[in-house]
Amino acid sequence: MIWNETKECMSRDELEFLQGKRLVKVVDRVYHNVEFYRKKMQQMGIEPGDIKGIEDLHKLPYTTKNDLRDTYPFGLFAAPQSEIVRIHASSGTTGKATVVGYTRRDLEIWSECVARALAQAGVTRNDIIQVAYGYGLFTGGLGAHGGAEKLGAMVVPMSTGNTKKLTTMMKDFGVTAIACTPSYLLHIAEVLEEAGDIPNIKLKAAICGAEPWTDNMRKQIEEKLHIHAFDIYGLSEVMGPGVACDCEYHKGLHVYEDHFLPEIIDPNTLKPIGKGESGELVFTTLTKEGLPLLRYRTKDLTSISYDKCECGRTLARISRFKGRSDDMLIIRGVNVFPSQIEAALLEMGGITPHYMMIVDRKNNLDTLEIQVEVEERFFSDEIKELESLTKKIAHVVQNAIGLAAKIKLVAPKTLERSMGKAVHVIDKRNLV
Amino acid sequence: MFIKQLSVFIENQEGRLEEVLDVLREEQVSIISLSLADTSDYGLLRMITSNPEAGQAALKEKGFAAMLTDVLAVRLSHQVGKLQEILSHVCKAGLNVEYMYALSNKDDEASIICKISNGDEAAELLKSKEVALYSQDDIMRIFC
Repeated sequence: MIWNETKECMSRDELEFLQGKRLVKVVDRVYHNVEFYRKKMQQMGIEPGDIKGIEDLHKLPYTTKNDLRDTYPFGLFAAPQSEIVRIHASSGTTGKATVVGYTRRDLEIWSECVARALAQAGVTRNDIIQVAYGYGLFTGGLGAHGGAEKLGAMVVPMSTGNTKKLTTMMKDFGVTAIACTPSYLLHIAEVLEEAGDIPNIKLKAAICGAEPWTDNMRKQIEEKLHIHAFDIYGLSEVMGPGVACDCEYHKGLHVYEDHFLPEIIDPNTLKPIGKGESGELVFTTLTKEGLPLLRYRTKDLTSISYDKCECGRTLARISRFKGRSDDMLIIRGVNVFPSQIEAALLEMGGITPHYMMIVDRKNNLDTLEIQVEVEERFFSDEIKELESLTKKIAHVVQNAIGLAAKIKLVAPKTLERSMGKAVHVIDKRNLV
Repeated sequence: MFIKQLSVFIENQEGRLEEVLDVLREEQVSIISLSLADTSDYGLLRMITSNPEAGQAALKEKGFAAMLTDVLAVRLSHQVGKLQEILSHVCKAGLNVEYMYALSNKDDEASIICKISNGDEAAELLKSKEVALYSQDDIMRIFC
């Protein structure tokens, strides 16, 4: 089902005209309300009047996660605090969170986008949907929730953490749709399978996102649960889940282009690249008021197709992600940078010990083990001292990234040293 | 009154313990007594050796985390209740045994190596109770 046919099936000309009009407005907004953009544009010698349509997009400055960090917490907000009605935050690279703010209208548009995604997955007002993303500062829970309510479905705000309760309610309520991370859904599927409960559920669709997953994983989910699974994409800086979602043809994720203008650039030269070619995905928000961003570099590597989809939508599609142009990892839906671990370990006494992050997926759940070399200054002849050391490391790591990691002490000089850029991550998940 | 214990961090991995012993053999360091404490991820090898300093240097050279710690070597006679008697002094003084392992010699004696919280106080206490403690020299003389 198409939720908003006018927008989702617009002709390319009409859409580009609309995007251009909105781009002019958003540039005007950030120029006048956000010092960061005004200064940047002045340095580059451009004024809002220079931007007349999307053909002028390339003249605008880029925005990165670092810019959000440098202006922490509210520096890039383009609306007065009295108009901001909600804050979300994701973990930043140095322990400080990346804070995003929404006006009431932003929340309405967000819900509209998520409603489109849900409709794309076949969910209607007659469905019962469990939202099993974390509720709170993370955009997943409340984002999916708002969209499901907008759609008119009956929402069960499960959040995460209690799988037993989730599966019980799924059976008892006759839940027909679920929004959660794909790895959590596989875990739920296994719990249902073990209990012999697969025939007792009415689930038909799943909208999964917040972490990378493969087509294989989608098929595995679909076969186990006898449902259709859809890939929803988003990032808190741009909005949250619902920036793009795939349709029943699974040939890329439709970007809600009337709100988010996508580009693909070469991450090294920062020049836009030809249509259909792979590069880094960049978004300019076209309608946001609270935190509009110009050319935000997602660091996700993909390509865009502008061909009309069999589903009838004319919206551009981004292909499955081919990796990232930075070293960010997504573990259990949480963004983790090795530099965060590094900064946390620095708290252990001035110098960062040698460490290695081992990311794996066991029973469909991501695991993070951090191996830390026992240097002389940490070493003790007492087990309890070594145990309190591992506890302390686990604690600072958890504070830094918001995830529990298993800390394993290893002998000095046993972790791999590389000649060039230090390798601090071994990702065994094979997600790309 | 204290003797030097050589402690080495050993990962729970095939061959690691043997590597440590190989380094000591190369260095002609003899092991008089040892204990291996294990956790799921790693072990801690504690040893009384003929030359703790040389052992530590050789192990560090090979990249091992190795340290020297002061421990007490308490001389006991082979009698029922002897160890309990000594520990009763330690307990009454509010001290805590961090770890303990056996040290045997050719004579009919059953000595122990132990680390007690607040080592100085423990050593004074045991001396005041006329408990015999081996010195580093004793160890070299009797055991090597």
